[in-house]
Amino acid sequence: MREHLSALARAGAEAVGVRTVAELESVDALVLPGGESTTMCRLLRVYALEQPLRERLAAGMPTLSTCAGLIVLSREVVDGRPDQLALGALDVVTRRNAFGRQVDSFEADLHIEPLGVAPFRGVFIRAPQIETTGDEARVIATLNGAAVAVEQGPHIGLCFHPEMTDDLRVHQHFLRVVDEATERSVA
Amino acid sequence: MTTEKTASNGHQHATGGDRVKRGLAEMLKGGVIMDVVNAEQAKIAEDAGAVAVMALERVPADIRRDGGVARMSDVSLIKDIIAAVTIPVMAKARIGHFVEAQVLQALGVDYVDESEVLTPADEEHHIDKWQFTVPFVCGARDLGEALRRIGEGAAMIRTKGEAGTGNVVEAVRHMRAVQGGIRRLQALRRDELMAEAKRLDAPYELVQEIHETGTLPVVNFSAGGIATPADAALMMQLGAEGNFVGSGIFKSDDPLGYAKAIVAATTYFDKPEVVAEVSAGLGHAMRGLDVAGMPKEELLATRGW
Repeated sequence: MREHLSALARAGAEAVGVRTVAELESVDALVLPGGESTTMCRLLRVYALEQPLRERLAAGMPTLSTCAGLIVLSREVVDGRPDQLALGALDVVTRRNAFGRQVDSFEADLHIEPLGVAPFRGVFIRAPQIETTGDEARVIATLNGAAVAVEQGPHIGLCFHPEMTDDLRVHQHFLRVVDEATERSVA
Repeated sequence: MTTEKTASNGHQHATGGDRVKRGLAEMLKGGVIMDVVNAEQAKIAEDAGAVAVMALERVPADIRRDGGVARMSDVSLIKDIIAAVTIPVMAKARIGHFVEAQVLQALGVDYVDESEVLTPADEEHHIDKWQFTVPFVCGARDLGEALRRIGEGAAMIRTKGEAGTGNVVEAVRHMRAVQGGIRRLQALRRDELMAEAKRLDAPYELVQEIHETGTLPVVNFSAGGIATPADAALMMQLGAEGNFVGSGIFKSDDPLGYAKAIVAATTYFDKPEVVAEVSAGLGHAMRGLDVAGMPKEELLATRGW
């Protein structure tokens, strides 16, 4: 969470940590970070954030989700625990820990379509895989032929961790998406 | 150790680099890692919201009581634990026992804890952790010890505390020592850094780095003696980035209840009303030991240097 906050601040946004309903209500857009999706789901449930989050998503709040965050926003999760949340903001089916265990965690250069030609260093840590992409979601980066980043309206979902590099282009792109969404809702 | 692999389409895959090793610990921040001795306990930990489990032969309180040589956990138990949960599995190797670490890496363990809780295999040398693809976490009592371990390749640090006592006093001492050491380094002039490196017995390059950044280059958790939700929140307020809890959970009256409460207190460490709410009706915490009255040879934190 801290690295996302710092990246967003450097990209020119005002960023706060969200752990309570009041904090969730106070933000225009949300980053769902990496971590363990099982832990995240439990906290969303126990601290009554699930319903307010569903409502904000339904109302079109923009999101940037990375790794575990992407899993939580998927339409369906393969190999998840029975109590795994899949909030469905992204029309994708994801598989947890699909690249293997920690010893298989890796870095690789990616071409992310909205960011232009310069490669982006993708840091994959016990990363999930996007198994299927539905009609609603648009693939914006692939690795070995498989989708590793998608965009759907105001939502960006990534299998890797842009906050772990000094390259701010993903966060800057997200802030543009947020600006566009805000302008639309004002108009 | 970074290994470059080239996929059929020319994509370069780099495994085992600093960023992916330290990165997993980054993902665990704000969470609780729980000691477990079998698959059943590992499932309870996962259900309670642990971000990872730590596999070991016996929890520290039992090692303390039973004595004998404490080693890496039984291989089939580690396999069972890996099969039972989807969260990362860590496991302990003895200080300096690089073959136990090789075995743990071969088993697919996600993090190795080179731990003073087990009987040291080498009283002089720690493991050369740069040689491994699997990341390591190591214990430290002060900034110098943390920097020596990072110098050897540790990708995560935790306080040593005094494991198996249910007494948080040593964890507090060690966390304050690390944080205080960092603040002191920041206040120094550049030309005072070499003398400080000598005083800390720490690598000069790391001393310079901390002077500039004001933070460790790896994640720093707390461990050793955390027994209650309030203990967990205390360590977070003192600057821990997450908690390891050992005997505190499975030596309490209600392991699932304690585990959930300690997870909540770690997340909401700055919200006393949440810590109060989760602390209600938990029954007895593990029985604590007075560290000050313990004979020197029973202290685990003094193992390693």
